[in-house]
Amino acid sequence: MREEIIIAGFGGQGVIMAGKLLCIAAMNEGKFVSHIPSYGAEMRGGTANCSVVISDVEIGSPTVPKPSIAIIMNTPSLTKFESKIKPGGLLIYNSSLIDRKPERTDITVVDLKANDISEAEGSDRAANMAAIGKLIALKPEIASMDAVVTALDVAISARNRKYNDINIKVLKAANSSK
Amino acid sequence: MGKQILMKGNEALGEAAIIAGCRFYFGYPITPQNEIPAYMSRRLPEVGGTFLQAESEIAAVNMVFGASAAGARVMTSTSSPGMSLKQEGLSYLAGAKLPCVVVNIMRGGPGLGNIAGAQGDYFQATRGGGNGDYRHIVLTPASVQEMAELTVLAFDLADEYRITVLILGDGYLGQISEALTLPEPTGKVFEKPWALTGAKGREPNKIASLKLVPDHVLEEMNLSLERTYNEISSRECRSESYLTEDAEYLLVAYGTSSRICRAAVNELREEGVKAGLFRLITAWPFPAAALKRASLKAKKILTVEMSLGQMIEDVRLSVDNPERVDFYGRSGGMLPETEEIKRRIKAYGN
Repeated sequence: MREEIIIAGFGGQGVIMAGKLLCIAAMNEGKFVSHIPSYGAEMRGGTANCSVVISDVEIGSPTVPKPSIAIIMNTPSLTKFESKIKPGGLLIYNSSLIDRKPERTDITVVDLKANDISEAEGSDRAANMAAIGKLIALKPEIASMDAVVTALDVAISARNRKYNDINIKVLKAANSSK
Repeated sequence: MGKQILMKGNEALGEAAIIAGCRFYFGYPITPQNEIPAYMSRRLPEVGGTFLQAESEIAAVNMVFGASAAGARVMTSTSSPGMSLKQEGLSYLAGAKLPCVVVNIMRGGPGLGNIAGAQGDYFQATRGGGNGDYRHIVLTPASVQEMAELTVLAFDLADEYRITVLILGDGYLGQISEALTLPEPTGKVFEKPWALTGAKGREPNKIASLKLVPDHVLEEMNLSLERTYNEISSRECRSESYLTEDAEYLLVAYGTSSRICRAAVNELREEGVKAGLFRLITAWPFPAAALKRASLKAKKILTVEMSLGQMIEDVRLSVDNPERVDFYGRSGGMLPETEEIKRRIKAYGN
């Protein structure tokens, strides 16, 4: 198993944190993991993204020029990454905020109303959790729900741990969404 | 084995410095190593240490000189353009035989370049950018685990030989988060009778790099440094030979480029190609004897760097029949590609 994942959105959506959460969960289940944020000349309100590799064997390059999976949380990120996804790859896009349909026909495209799912559980700030919940439903070999829930205690700063009840609800709601 | 945690390379290096007993850090911010000063600013006060953001890289390296002269374990860190600024201080530290740890998380150059990871400072690191006949030990980590382990080692080597130990990483290693088992302190204790600790009840110690009179005093000091450097060369070469015993095609690399080479070797082996990897862990002293051994059966030796060819000079000097040595590099923050390495190795066989 080797998945090369891009998680992208705007600053504040928690895409970097979502990547770390996934890495901690997969690491605790014995996988090799790497996470590297984009740290270029980003501007306020611009896009943020991280590259995550999860693998059964040691990881060489931590960068992901051609992702096998892309989790796309806003429209500018869809424009930036849609063309880069490997043929046969997986695209999960946040249709709560993205107002157009992806154009690729050679990949699996999954429409996820991430902000709506989050809001239904009591806060629209956990859209990143919806994305992770959906991802591990589609690709259970990456990490189990139990591992992700356990990883929340490490990945989330002490200051924000009080929101973990909502995080877990959103993870599970997206996980079982159709 | 302790518990595995997920940690960023820069922060792992910072925590390892604390584990190694570093209690003084001086630095000036520059991407892509800013998590090191940020981490030290948070952690050092918790352990009774001192963090100080200097007014410049030059000021920071001279603060290192002062703390080291007083016998402290001290570190500074920077990235490529900042490293250029520190060179005068590094030469003075060598001339005064002061131990310290200096970190260069390399980015693209020359000049201000960009902020992506690169390996264009190999010449500067291994030949020295300051004036005079001096060396420093250069350690080249290739993972978050090694960012931590080699930092602990660096402090012991610095004190043992009274030398600067340079940790030569790159922006990718600084920014990547990976599984890490935190290293244990080594517990080694180094007496520092030369340190400036207050001269009450003893003769004053003097630490200086200016040695004017008598005429022969500087040469004597240089010869004494040379003896130390020779001792380091014979005792401290470190490297990893991966699947090299029967390797017909040998890759030579360090740091992030060695990770990419290892992935290429694994894939080539699966396809039946006898490829191997020789990876530096010390760039100075250069592990020439181990490389020569690893290259005995190699028809071709491909040096892979995130530069346009610097380490390759040491590779050519180390192996028999250096016409076997070939080069593949990317620069300016771009990474070598596994597929391109495989393509080149396969082309040698045709």
